Amino acid sequence: MNKRVARRGFLASGAAVGVGALVSACTSNEPAAAPSSAAPQAAAAGTDNDKPGTAVTIGFSAPAADHGWIAAIAKNAEAQAKQYSDVTFKPVEPTNDINQQISAVESLIQAKVSALVILPNDGEQLNQVARKAMDAGIPVINLDRVFPDKLSYRTWIGGDNYGMGVAAGHYIGKKLKDKGVANPVILEIQGIATLPLTQDRSKGFADALKTYGFSVTAQQDAKFTVESGTQVASNLLQAHKKIDAIWNHDDDQGIGVLAAIKEANRNEFFMVGGAGSANAMRDIQAGSGVLEATVTYSPTMASSAIKIARLIAQGKGLSDLVENQVPQSITLASETITKENAEKYLPLGFES
Amino acid sequence: MTNARGAGTPKDLPKDAPPADEHDRVEHQARAAAPRRTGLLGRVGQAHHLGLAVALVLLAIVGLVTAPGTFATSSNLVSILALAATIGVITVGMTFVIIGGGIDLSVGAIMALASVWATTLATQAYGPVVMAICALLVGTGAGLVNGLLIAYGRMVPFIATLAMLVAARGLAQRMSDRRTQLVRPDNNALVELSTTRVLGLPLLVYIFVLVIAIGWLVLNRTTFGRRTYAVGGNPEAARLAGIDVRRHTLILYALSGLCCGIAAILIMARTTTGSSTHGDLYELDAIAAVIIGGTLLTGGRGTIIGSILGLLIFTLITNLFILNGLNTSDQLIAKGLIIVIAVLLQRRGLRSQVP
Repeated sequence: MNKRVARRGFLASGAAVGVGALVSACTSNEPAAAPSSAAPQAAAAGTDNDKPGTAVTIGFSAPAADHGWIAAIAKNAEAQAKQYSDVTFKPVEPTNDINQQISAVESLIQAKVSALVILPNDGEQLNQVARKAMDAGIPVINLDRVFPDKLSYRTWIGGDNYGMGVAAGHYIGKKLKDKGVANPVILEIQGIATLPLTQDRSKGFADALKTYGFSVTAQQDAKFTVESGTQVASNLLQAHKKIDAIWNHDDDQGIGVLAAIKEANRNEFFMVGGAGSANAMRDIQAGSGVLEATVTYSPTMASSAIKIARLIAQGKGLSDLVENQVPQSITLASETITKENAEKYLPLGFES
Repeated sequence: MTNARGAGTPKDLPKDAPPADEHDRVEHQARAAAPRRTGLLGRVGQAHHLGLAVALVLLAIVGLVTAPGTFATSSNLVSILALAATIGVITVGMTFVIIGGGIDLSVGAIMALASVWATTLATQAYGPVVMAICALLVGTGAGLVNGLLIAYGRMVPFIATLAMLVAARGLAQRMSDRRTQLVRPDNNALVELSTTRVLGLPLLVYIFVLVIAIGWLVLNRTTFGRRTYAVGGNPEAARLAGIDVRRHTLILYALSGLCCGIAAILIMARTTTGSSTHGDLYELDAIAAVIIGGTLLTGGRGTIIGSILGLLIFTLITNLFILNGLNTSDQLIAKGLIIVIAVLLQRRGLRSQVP
């Protein structure tokens, strides 16, 4: 028995040493060899508007990032704010809990910030507290997910989900039309099916395809995660023995989709991505796989939101426009990245 | 075999009884709680497994009828097995824990943590073998922490593993900075587990089968397995029979953690990534598979084969829904119904066994 105890002790201490070594060695994510190219996006100062003005404090609240795109939103906002000596950046702890985000925004109202940039977990549910900020005289810059009540924000800036679907639909439709494919098999892999943004994307996609006389053959949702992307794609590939084109809504889950395609050893079709991650752009540039293009939904919108928040707080307008004040709403165009222009977009891509 | 639920209740065992006699009696009862070696599948088995097999066949017929050109192809069957492999490995560990009277809610989170830990740039610098070992160690380590909290810290398994679920996901997010970490091209040997095929099957399917085989052997042909049934059926009786219940419990959770580590290797191979979002809600899928497979949540009864059949039913349903272009929501409804039906049938089966 003693011998067993001793052996056990030895094993345990061995395991402890091993785990200790791992803890110290393996948790590091400092890029030692692999360069992590895409730095957070911040536009360099250019116009008169960028010269230091009245000191302002900008509050920032966004969902917790469990996804490359949202992570890029927070990083871009911070990086942009740092560009200005007259901006004090005040982010609150990111959260996926509606309740917590409401209290976080309330705390920023209490702190009497000069402007608020909010990417709500859900526009409907955060509407009330955004309205409270506006009523307290704090301009709210609504990022991406829109508040239903126009009294709840000064300016909205965000991507064009419908336009994203349209861009993908045109790319696929045109290419198949040019090839002269009749009755093509077109698959669509969505993000979270229940979100309005997903439904907008799908509607834009279907509408654009219709102009070429095509329609979506099958559609499945993959929850925006890599793992789910693999699962859904490998089943879809089984369901359709011959595919002409795939539109995958999201480049993050696209890593999983591409892994499944590679595993199934299929290449008779081409694929279009969505969002515009640096990784997808590198794949497109290399041109070795099925991924040919991606349609953007760029997290650089967070950098722009900070710039706008600063201008509004300082009472300035957009210098390229005639008006003295910043517009009420800015919708970014969804751009199509292909092999030809990937190089130009690569610096704007986000790491998944 | 009248006492189908295992060795009697603690009330039957007066504490002041002479130890010698008592020991014999309890030892006998503990053995009785373990499945008999009469059948390949163990005692609970036969009838219930037959039911599950029939369900599988019915689903396959549905597949043949609704998707005639695609369902019965070899590539579809391979794809189903590859999809089942990741959760399957976790389900084997979960079966041990539940038979041993516990529950492990942290499996998905531990797998995510192991996949992230193994794909950090620092770990990747050491190559694919170290990445795999890292995943196994992280999984086992987290399982040991669960086991220590439950066996020696006397925490309720539900709470201890719930805490691990939350904390492990948090740690995975922190470590990965909430990004998806790609397996670097020079570590592609890991991804080849999923892309290399031997006799038409990807290597990861062989790993899955190997884990099932080892799990089955350990549970049915070793003292450790028999003790697992005893500990789950009646821990007090097991303790009186001379089994170190706490140590045994500790090992069960470590085993479950190890399975999560193996699953992490498989998910890295399949998705080419490590991510804090991997394995979301795997704990529920694994528990559901175990329950459908006929394992009692109260412990002391169950089989690995049953769990795997339960899991295959789930995977097959997902496959059938996608082959027929149906949406995810209906899939979830179907899975919910199957859990309820399986448990209702199980209860009827129990009643007919116990007079």
